[in-house]
Amino acid sequence: MALSPAHTTSRSGAGVVALSLALAAFLLAFLLVPVGTVVLTAFSNAQGGFTLAHFAAFAEISLMRESFGNSLYVAGTTVLCATLLAVPLAYITARFQFRGALLIQTLGVLPLIMPAFVGAAAMQLLFGRSGSVNLLLGEAFGVSLPLMDGLAGVIFVETLHYFPFILLNLAASLASIEPAMEEAAQNLGSSGLRLFVRVVFPLALPGYIAGASLVFIKVFDDLGTPLVLNVTNMLAPQAYLRVTSIGLEDPIGYVICVILVLFSIAAMGGAWWFVQRRDFAIQSRGGVSAPKRRLTPAQSLLAYGWIVAVMLLVLSPHLGILLLSLSKVWSFTVLPEQFTLAHYATVFEDASTMVWNTFLYCGLAALLDVVLGTAIAYVVMRTQLPGRRLLDHMVTVALAMPGLVLGIGYLRTFRGVELPFIGPLTASWLIFVIAYAVRRLPYALRACMAALAQIHPSLEEAAHNLGASRWRTIRRVVVPLMSGGILAGFVTSFVTAAGEISETILLTSRESLAPMSYGIYLYMQSIAGRGPGAALGVIAVLLIGVGTWLSHRVVAAHAPHDLKGAPP
Amino acid sequence: MTPVSLGIENVALRFGATEVLRDINLAVAPGEFFALLGPSGSGKSTLLRLIAGFNRNQSGRVLIAGRDVSGVPPWKRNVGMVFQNYALWPHMTVAQNVAFGLEERRLPAAEIRRRVAEVLELVELAGLEQRRPGQLSGGQQQRVAIARTLAIEPQLLLLDEPLSNLDAKLRLQTRQQLKKLQRRLNITTLFVTHDQEEALTTCDRIAVLDQGVIQQVGTPLQLFDHPLNRFVAQFVGSVNLFAGRFSRDGSGLLFHSQALGEVALPASLTAPDPHGELAFRPHAVRLCAGDTPAAHEQMRLAGVVQSQEFLGEFLRYQVRVGSGLVLVDQSHARGEQPLPVGAPVTLLVPAPEIRFIAA
Repeated sequence: MALSPAHTTSRSGAGVVALSLALAAFLLAFLLVPVGTVVLTAFSNAQGGFTLAHFAAFAEISLMRESFGNSLYVAGTTVLCATLLAVPLAYITARFQFRGALLIQTLGVLPLIMPAFVGAAAMQLLFGRSGSVNLLLGEAFGVSLPLMDGLAGVIFVETLHYFPFILLNLAASLASIEPAMEEAAQNLGSSGLRLFVRVVFPLALPGYIAGASLVFIKVFDDLGTPLVLNVTNMLAPQAYLRVTSIGLEDPIGYVICVILVLFSIAAMGGAWWFVQRRDFAIQSRGGVSAPKRRLTPAQSLLAYGWIVAVMLLVLSPHLGILLLSLSKVWSFTVLPEQFTLAHYATVFEDASTMVWNTFLYCGLAALLDVVLGTAIAYVVMRTQLPGRRLLDHMVTVALAMPGLVLGIGYLRTFRGVELPFIGPLTASWLIFVIAYAVRRLPYALRACMAALAQIHPSLEEAAHNLGASRWRTIRRVVVPLMSGGILAGFVTSFVTAAGEISETILLTSRESLAPMSYGIYLYMQSIAGRGPGAALGVIAVLLIGVGTWLSHRVVAAHAPHDLKGAPP
Repeated sequence: MTPVSLGIENVALRFGATEVLRDINLAVAPGEFFALLGPSGSGKSTLLRLIAGFNRNQSGRVLIAGRDVSGVPPWKRNVGMVFQNYALWPHMTVAQNVAFGLEERRLPAAEIRRRVAEVLELVELAGLEQRRPGQLSGGQQQRVAIARTLAIEPQLLLLDEPLSNLDAKLRLQTRQQLKKLQRRLNITTLFVTHDQEEALTTCDRIAVLDQGVIQQVGTPLQLFDHPLNRFVAQFVGSVNLFAGRFSRDGSGLLFHSQALGEVALPASLTAPDPHGELAFRPHAVRLCAGDTPAAHEQMRLAGVVQSQEFLGEFLRYQVRVGSGLVLVDQSHARGEQPLPVGAPVTLLVPAPEIRFIAA
């Protein structure tokens, strides 16, 4: 064989072309076409022509205008509250020698292992009008805080759930600022809050913006939390209600979907543009992070006080749901009066199918994700196929797609599609697998790409040199070396799919097909169901918690490996 | 502004178990351009940061214009520091970077504009006010960093390896500009560098540091001609050093070392201690082909050429004498052929070029 290594990688065989086309076809069928259908429907009149009439109709309805305003208000205020919560924590971890660092890391993960809508029910019992906190406040001071009323409740729950996104991104950004950047400001006379506002925070802005835009999108698109809290005058619940009560033909639902998508894209694009526009290039040159300072006793008190306060808040939904799952009666009392395990018994009796369904759907979806992710990563990074970047870009679209929009898109696009052995696609288990897989594919793809980037091409060239074909090299060298990243991608996909609610409530056509998340939602609708719902919630949290812990272990175990060469 | 003095008295600093600075004493005169010279890890940057207030001295005093500033935080010292990597804030323009310290001092806007324009003029960067640091060359970034520091009219100017991020040619040019600027502003300046040439060419006086201890303080000439110890002799310029023992017989001073064997030293020399090191610079040695007798007041060594390197202006020979190697630099004349490897040679060192260093 007289082929140079460069030649081997540039040759795109028929196999690579076929694989790429298959990947593109999948993304087209289950991402672009459904979303395109939703957008098209929003702009089409009865004859199929272009119209803006539906948007005009949307603007005419006062409830829609109100919902639009409310969604913006809730998302914006949540970002603000989450910022207030996260900024001090991020600063403390990044700049001070501090024994509570592990506490803060835990704080960063704890909320994320409990789906927001699960926590919402427990929060009502703890912070609602007749919840524990207000009962105590009422007894002691005769006051009551409207923490869980209407939009405020949504903001409260979402803030506690999503602030880690800002915390983690900002802390990483702060840690990457060169110490001299701050010292130069101190040298020129700046200190304290002014130093933070004028130099430190602006330098950490890329991380903050990344976190904040993510929080905005997640809250703006969220369906589960408002529904559980019975707040319907927001965009996502309105779209859901229109589509489920008036029907798939109602154009207003599609108009809302288009608005959700536009805002998601705008928030993501805006964040990207903002970071691009500013020149942060010379910032992280050295790779040394700032020496951590010691806290003075007063600062320690303040820091620990803040952390304990946030910790209590963050743990409250977890504690609440646990108490609820174990309580016989809990109403108008600070704590439950009697405890029981009956709810768990009920759940195991009635809802074991749902638990099984969750494992089936999420397991298959995660498997699909890592297979697609590995294949796309390979095509994009290791072949010279023209247009291969397009696959990457198509997957990125999924990042900006609210679950609600994809769910509605599936219902509309695949109406009446019958598959052999499976029956109607939209009323089958398969639709869950595909829906879960598509929305989590961007994360799985990132994990696979990061893993592949760690493998030096010479390791593959050595296999070619010893006579292994492209496919055998992939199977015997590439995939084994990527296994850590692939496993991490699998667990992440599984865990996030297990807590998914937006797509789930749209796609659940009958109870026997429902996964756990739907079960929790359904139980929580009735007072009698709250106990079993909470029990199911505890099981979900345990599942997600163990999964998250596993993925951290995997990532840690597979971090920079001796066998892997430096990236090219 | 009249320049101020800087005094360091008995300063020590340890990070955990490691002593980074030990019993540092320095007196820098007002307006002096003073270098802290040493290898990496010698504590020179730590000392500079201590003067700026980023490290706290655990004992001793730091006196600026006679006032102890030991407890004063960095932002209240009015000591300007130029960082090694410049530390220009990428989210601000050149003008905003330079105005920063003035804004922190709550100066009126008109005054800030005037001063920013003035210092940018001084470093020849007028017209680049609206650029961002990322759009500037390395040399321009360095001058912005200097302008930003000068804008606050600091009592002291601290330069932390300011030339290390520039390429060789620019470094030479910037070095001269820096010296000119310092003379013009007449500001007491401390310059940290690991490059002896930089220190020798730019500074009035130099403190050589090693392992957290000041080895010697002096003018460039003093350090080069009268090194107090082995470290200074080796760090400032190149040197031949041989450890051994001195004795006196009827005819004069003898030096016994393992490397060179027994060598007769010029009669005028007297050794301060019976044990010590013999030191002489490579350029002070005269190399003669074959066997040449010593003239009056010369030390004579006989050896064989082991290797030679042609460096353009001069030839550097390694000559084997006994079991030791002696470096010899001979200036090169056009057309002259270097002596071949293996050639027997005589080395002659005049008495004034020979120094004794205490063991």
